[in-house]
Amino acid sequence: MDFLVQGFIQALRLLLAGDKEVYSIAFLTLKVSGLATLVSLLLGVPMGLYLAVSRFRGREFLVGGVNAGMGLPPTVVGLWVALFFWRRGPLGFLGLMYTPTAMVIAQTIIATPLVAGLTMSAVQQLSPKLRLQILALGASPLQFWWLIIKEVRLGILAAVMAGFGRVIAEVGASMAVGGNVRWYSRVLTTSIVLEVNKGNFSLALALSFVLLLITYSITYLLTVLQQRRRQA
Amino acid sequence: MTSVLAVKNIVVKRGRRFRLQVDEFAVEPGEVVALIGPNGAGKSTLLTVLACLSLPDKGELFFLREKVSKGNALAVRRQLAVVFQEPLLLDSSVLENAALGLKLRGQKTGAKDRAYTWLQRFGVEHLATQNALTLSGGEAQRVSLARAFALEPKVLLLDEPFASIDVISRSTLIKEFKSVLSSTKTTAILVTHDFQEVLALASRVVILDQGRIRAQGTPRGIAAHEIWGGLAGAQIPPMPGS
Repeated sequence: MDFLVQGFIQALRLLLAGDKEVYSIAFLTLKVSGLATLVSLLLGVPMGLYLAVSRFRGREFLVGGVNAGMGLPPTVVGLWVALFFWRRGPLGFLGLMYTPTAMVIAQTIIATPLVAGLTMSAVQQLSPKLRLQILALGASPLQFWWLIIKEVRLGILAAVMAGFGRVIAEVGASMAVGGNVRWYSRVLTTSIVLEVNKGNFSLALALSFVLLLITYSITYLLTVLQQRRRQA
Repeated sequence: MTSVLAVKNIVVKRGRRFRLQVDEFAVEPGEVVALIGPNGAGKSTLLTVLACLSLPDKGELFFLREKVSKGNALAVRRQLAVVFQEPLLLDSSVLENAALGLKLRGQKTGAKDRAYTWLQRFGVEHLATQNALTLSGGEAQRVSLARAFALEPKVLLLDEPFASIDVISRSTLIKEFKSVLSSTKTTAILVTHDFQEVLALASRVVILDQGRIRAQGTPRGIAAHEIWGGLAGAQIPPMPGS
């Protein structure tokens, strides 16, 4: 128990003292995971909507891929992205290896199937006749999609929370493609692993409290938004 | 007289199976046509085609003599209204739901006023600010009907609109609906299994079975047809003079 208390006190001390490195790591964590969540939202929501509503040959294959992708191991994603961005890899010329951009790409790959799968599931819970009703009311294709998004907004918010929670907590992909470079690509999860490896448990614990604080704050804000919309 | 909606030689398939095969069917202005038949007869499929919600695999659909194609289906849909068995309201206020069709059709000003008038007409204006998903089945279907009439459609298409309402509320709503239909002179196509609805509302009855039109005529005339007895079974109501 002493460990936990000491870790919590040290976390508060680091935050209150304005420790530059901790703040830099926390901001990079937020930036990388926030951007990855945003991109996965832009890719995953249309993908989920289309898969839920459309019928075409090979749809089951794609849906299976999305569902399997929801459980993609971050380390495997990290390995594949690293192979592509490696100096001699097919995308090596971009020079993205060990950069925050590569971390955003890897995290986007992790979060997109989750956002797409949860969006698809939310749309499939709507009555299929509701789609016909919206069309019958005279909706253009754009109006149709907008109304469907509005109708499943709570499900989409849940998808955002799940996607953000998954990427901010992952360590394997960030380590593989970001390299945990100090002041450049070090995020909270990779720092925690580093401190544990160094035997610096109290600092690792303090960083874990910071990570939990960030994750909880963002998720809480999204939850408030979700519940307020539910009551509206 | 110019038909409002008409189909010619239409075929609708699901896979290799024929769901609907209608050589000719037209609806004249002011008519209330009831489509009846057993489950799987093709009634709802025909209604979906007439509502331009799905185009037939073969054949032609005409709206006011103009052929309906992918290119003008949206414009035609915007002159029709459809009410389904479920009220199918969206997660917003009753008034917003009632005004939704008008807004989608580009009528921004006065949409809510007109929608409110129709909510009054169906006796649900006191629910205007309430979330539509909190309504009872009967209330929700009244909102759904108000939403459809607010559009002042050239043809109102209804797919068993009273089927999920309890018996007492149903008879009251059918009376109100009939009064609104006759006062607005709205042309309507009604899919139903209920012979009381047919007798109360329809000016013409079309009997569908296995995707084909088997008989049609006035409710009185069709009641004398042998197919009526076959379809109605124990439900058959006594027809005065038949």
